Amino acid sequence: MYDYAAGKSDWMAAGLPTEGSAAGRPTAATVARREVPICDLEESLRNVRERVRAAGWDTCVVVNGKGIVMGLLRADQLGQDGDVTAGSAMRPGPSTFRPHVAIEEMAKVMAARDLPNVPVTTSAGELIGLLVREDAERAVHEDQRGPS
Amino acid sequence: MPTEIGRADAQQLVAKGAQLVEVLPKEEFDERHLPGAIHIPLRKIDAGVRASLAPERPVVVYCWDSA
Repeated sequence: MYDYAAGKSDWMAAGLPTEGSAAGRPTAATVARREVPICDLEESLRNVRERVRAAGWDTCVVVNGKGIVMGLLRADQLGQDGDVTAGSAMRPGPSTFRPHVAIEEMAKVMAARDLPNVPVTTSAGELIGLLVREDAERAVHEDQRGPS
Repeated sequence: MPTEIGRADAQQLVAKGAQLVEVLPKEEFDERHLPGAIHIPLRKIDAGVRASLAPERPVVVYCWDSA
């Protein structure tokens, strides 16, 4: 007997197919952007800010050496004095969400808490991607409209 | 005790004929499960469950994650 401990959450985070009544419906993992700016705790905020803005983002996910989410740098944090480290400027311990959460639920939570974006992580806290609120809301509308 | 495995091993075992078993509640299984998985809720796993599994094939169990 074998235990696939990372389970359905890990399977869906990898974008692998599923079966069932909700198979193919969008989730946090399917809508989250995978190519997002990341930095480590020791990087200077000035460097991070330049890199993030050059990439057209206003948010950076701070991760440790294992890719575990440690904090977020949103516009307010990125605008701080550039001489500090990302680790000292970040908002530590942000709410993270699992990849299998239905996109309708994600859109509701993000609207209720006025969150512009949220990290989607494995149960161990490893970054999968960043879910942007506009993307979540668009995905809900498209899902409700059904296939064209 | 079951042997803990990762995604690649799970895929390889299933490709070789292992049986996938989801132990989450029925509603969650019905909504979404791994291709080919069967449903045996955790509370019903006991000696009697052997009847629904082929004894000669390995079994891979899973739930949402390890949290």
